[in-house]
Amino acid sequence: MTRISVTVDGASYSDDVEPRMLLVHYLRERLGKTGTVVGCDTSNCGACTVHLGGRSVKSCNVLAVQVDGQEVTTIEGLAHDGELHPMQAAFHECHALQCGYCTPGMIMQAIDVLNDNPKPSEREIRDGLEGNLCRCTGYHNIVRAVQTASGQEPIAATAEGNAS
Amino acid sequence: MTVTEDRPADAGPPKEIGNSRRRKEDQRLITGRTKWTDNIQLTGMLHIAMVRSPFAHATITRIDTTEAKAAPNVVLVLTGEDVKDEQGGLPNVWPITPEQVTPNHPSIAVGRVAFAGEIVAVIVARTAAEARDAAELIDVDYEELPAALDLRDSVEDKVLAHPDLGTNKSAFWQFDSAGAGTGGNVEEAIAEAEKNGVVVSREFRQQRLIPAFMEPRSVVVDPTGEQMTVWSATQVPHILRFFVAAVLGINEAKVRVIAPDVGGGFGGKLQITPEEFITIMAARRVGKPVKYTETRSESLMAGHHGRDQWQTVTVAATKDGTVTGLKVDLIADLGAYVALFGGGIPVLGAFIFNGIYKFPAYQFNCQTVLTNKTWTDAYRGAGRPEATFGIERIMDELADVLGMDPLEVREQNWIKNDEFPFTTVTGMAYDSGDYEAATAKAKEMFGYDELRAEQKQRRESKDTVQLGIGISTFTEMCGLAPSRVLGSLDAGAGGWEHASVRMLPTGKVEVVTGSSAHGQGHETAWSQIVADRLGVAFEDVEVLHGDTQISPKGLDTYGSRSLVVGGEALVRAADKVIEKAKPIAAHLLEASVDDLEFKEGRFGVKGTDKGLQMAEVAMATFAAHNLPEGTEPSLDCDATFDPVGFSFPHGTHLCAVDIDTETGGLKMRKYVCVDDIGTIVNPLIVEGQVHGGLVQGIAQALWEEAVYDDAGTLVSASFVDYLVPTAADTISFQTGNTFSPSTTNTLGTKGVGEAGTIASTPAVVNAVVDALRPFGVNDVRMPCTPERVYKAIHAQDGAESGGGATEGAATPHFNEADTADRTDGSSL
Repeated sequence: MTRISVTVDGASYSDDVEPRMLLVHYLRERLGKTGTVVGCDTSNCGACTVHLGGRSVKSCNVLAVQVDGQEVTTIEGLAHDGELHPMQAAFHECHALQCGYCTPGMIMQAIDVLNDNPKPSEREIRDGLEGNLCRCTGYHNIVRAVQTASGQEPIAATAEGNAS
Repeated sequence: MTVTEDRPADAGPPKEIGNSRRRKEDQRLITGRTKWTDNIQLTGMLHIAMVRSPFAHATITRIDTTEAKAAPNVVLVLTGEDVKDEQGGLPNVWPITPEQVTPNHPSIAVGRVAFAGEIVAVIVARTAAEARDAAELIDVDYEELPAALDLRDSVEDKVLAHPDLGTNKSAFWQFDSAGAGTGGNVEEAIAEAEKNGVVVSREFRQQRLIPAFMEPRSVVVDPTGEQMTVWSATQVPHILRFFVAAVLGINEAKVRVIAPDVGGGFGGKLQITPEEFITIMAARRVGKPVKYTETRSESLMAGHHGRDQWQTVTVAATKDGTVTGLKVDLIADLGAYVALFGGGIPVLGAFIFNGIYKFPAYQFNCQTVLTNKTWTDAYRGAGRPEATFGIERIMDELADVLGMDPLEVREQNWIKNDEFPFTTVTGMAYDSGDYEAATAKAKEMFGYDELRAEQKQRRESKDTVQLGIGISTFTEMCGLAPSRVLGSLDAGAGGWEHASVRMLPTGKVEVVTGSSAHGQGHETAWSQIVADRLGVAFEDVEVLHGDTQISPKGLDTYGSRSLVVGGEALVRAADKVIEKAKPIAAHLLEASVDDLEFKEGRFGVKGTDKGLQMAEVAMATFAAHNLPEGTEPSLDCDATFDPVGFSFPHGTHLCAVDIDTETGGLKMRKYVCVDDIGTIVNPLIVEGQVHGGLVQGIAQALWEEAVYDDAGTLVSASFVDYLVPTAADTISFQTGNTFSPSTTNTLGTKGVGEAGTIASTPAVVNAVVDALRPFGVNDVRMPCTPERVYKAIHAQDGAESGGGATEGAATPHFNEADTADRTDGSSL
């Protein structure tokens, strides 16, 4: 067992963890942060994406011991004072989720995309979300949500014009 | 919007049906306040890990559990021998013929395994990690048996999947229009066309797919208390409850099944699974709550797969392009066992294989086949995508043979708008449709004529990038299903749905539905329906579902049935509430029932300004101080609706692809679809269903395939190898609608859950083939990978037409020479 101290969604935690424990299991099983989910075992799906020190990581690809002394933000830490994060609001407004299983990871990754590039093109949004799988939405409305959150008009960029 | 959503203070009573309401479900899903089955932690809960067979077909000669049992914190180890008298077999509800050959399907294999991934032993331990560690200590000896893997070899019984059954042929099912009295003799039509018309025959491959819902399956069983509670990531909590009772012999009334938040299904979670039964058996033995959550590779390997057919489709026509007959011969791979719907899946396609066209003669022959692969069952569309692919591909081939535009040959043969209702050659009564309107709108949105002109120019200039235009004018059948029809097809159950409406004294309304959502937005759409029906606020309706104790009756969610069947049950329950409230309102208003009219939530006395709101009647009924003599103090009502017919959504989908003929590289340029799904309750939800459906159908056309190697190992058993598309692979879509309301339900809805998937696969493949026509290509096998496209273009150089089969071996990740360099460090 290894002792770690970590700040998650603004609260401090200290725990003894097995060195092999993944961050996502630490979050879910030890801290009850079940908003972050596991969708695969090969780090392809991105459902477990959280922010570590302000950058997106797949928490199935990080050991709990690696986050000692660091700050983690999950989907549960995004809303402040009862107000949704603009990306959460945009996902709701644009119907960018159906079953919602990929949604926490997708939102965390989408925020990271805008942190890097506040006004991305549709192509840049799609490339930026490549590491996150969604089986329900066909990505169309997810792209629209990221455009909306970035303050851009949500247009669908097939060459010939607007979707929906 | 805030975390706790407020209702705008001045919200009037807008019409809810047709309103793009943002979903009620979203609040908890976007903030992480979700209830996935795997989130559940109960005091003293134990965890399961499975030991699965690495072999497709083998005899189990010995299982040594000694070391595993001695491992830290292992509580129980189970093998097939331990539960063989208790576990029974997993159910198949639809034996498609009385003679169907159905192998027994034990939850834990006993003596023999029939596919790679079958469970041979089960570890129950205090933590999931300890269970997994101990699973590694189980020592199983296998004697490998020859495996039946190739579908076309298996139908010839070259190797037997289950040697004791003596055959791989499970059932042969036929529909013949001459025999059924619904049309002519197809052999005569083909013979006539061979003499005086044209006959076009093609063989199409429906590759094996994996539903790949995002939430891995999970089940928690709590055996403590008077009733055993089962939480499962399932589409079918009610059906599961029935089979827990029927298979394990537990009193149905002692079982409560809860489907909490469920992360997608697409048919993949309508199964009754070995994992569910095993978790129940384990929990009953240890007397403590037990959880099993699968890994993604287990999910891809052992959760049921979809499609997997070979189709031979033959169309007969006159020389001017009028179709005269359709003959379909298909073989369908069941996998190692006959799953819940099993052989019923291809049969579901039989009734719409003729599509929207007026075939005078039709025959459908289906042979289901057992192999040593993962079992197959419903995957989004279930039978209808296969059928739609067959008919929409062959119509393109017919047009090509006749030298006609593929849209022209379709229009010549489709049912005209003024011919509805129309009974087709399969005996199905299509209640409504307007193929002309959907096609005209789609052509305009697509710029069909302009793109055809561009295509012509690029062909003439021999551009290395060729443009392909693909068409799919599809229909499907939704609303599973009239119980009488299911009975006539030997299905084990009916297809009704249940709803109840409970009027709370505060004016709030609780709606209980037997359909079980897993992403479809029932909570929002059902609220809209009830809000309109009862004239209450959208926000005042609470939809309850997915728990057999709260929603005691239901047949769950699959086959685009929730709205057309479950929604109609809801409408009827709400209407009963109004009828029940009316005499109470009349009594309170001292008026005659005949003088009351119910409008926008208010019982008004005609010709006066006197009236009572529904909420006021609900409160008065709750108080029960002043009710008419002999009236029960309740407004609550139930309805169970059994449809009399199916509904038939249809649409026109158009797809444009650019193909680089020098590399086989493919780029989708544009996708337009105009769907007629009847009345739309929530346009936003409908569009979302269409987008997601499109991508799943496009993925079948271009990317996805479950690939086995020569030993019967699934080599695409992770998301590294099974290509679920990403945002970067896909494009934005242009969607539209036309409206010809269904006449088989009050709201006029037709169902939309599967339409996008059903329609899009042939549209994309038709576009690919269309681009390659100048190279003499008339088929490219799915998925149409760049490699296959390239091979198809160069078929004249000796490659197999259609681009050949997917290699059975996994594509090497590294060039071996490279790997050697890396490991010895010389290239670093």
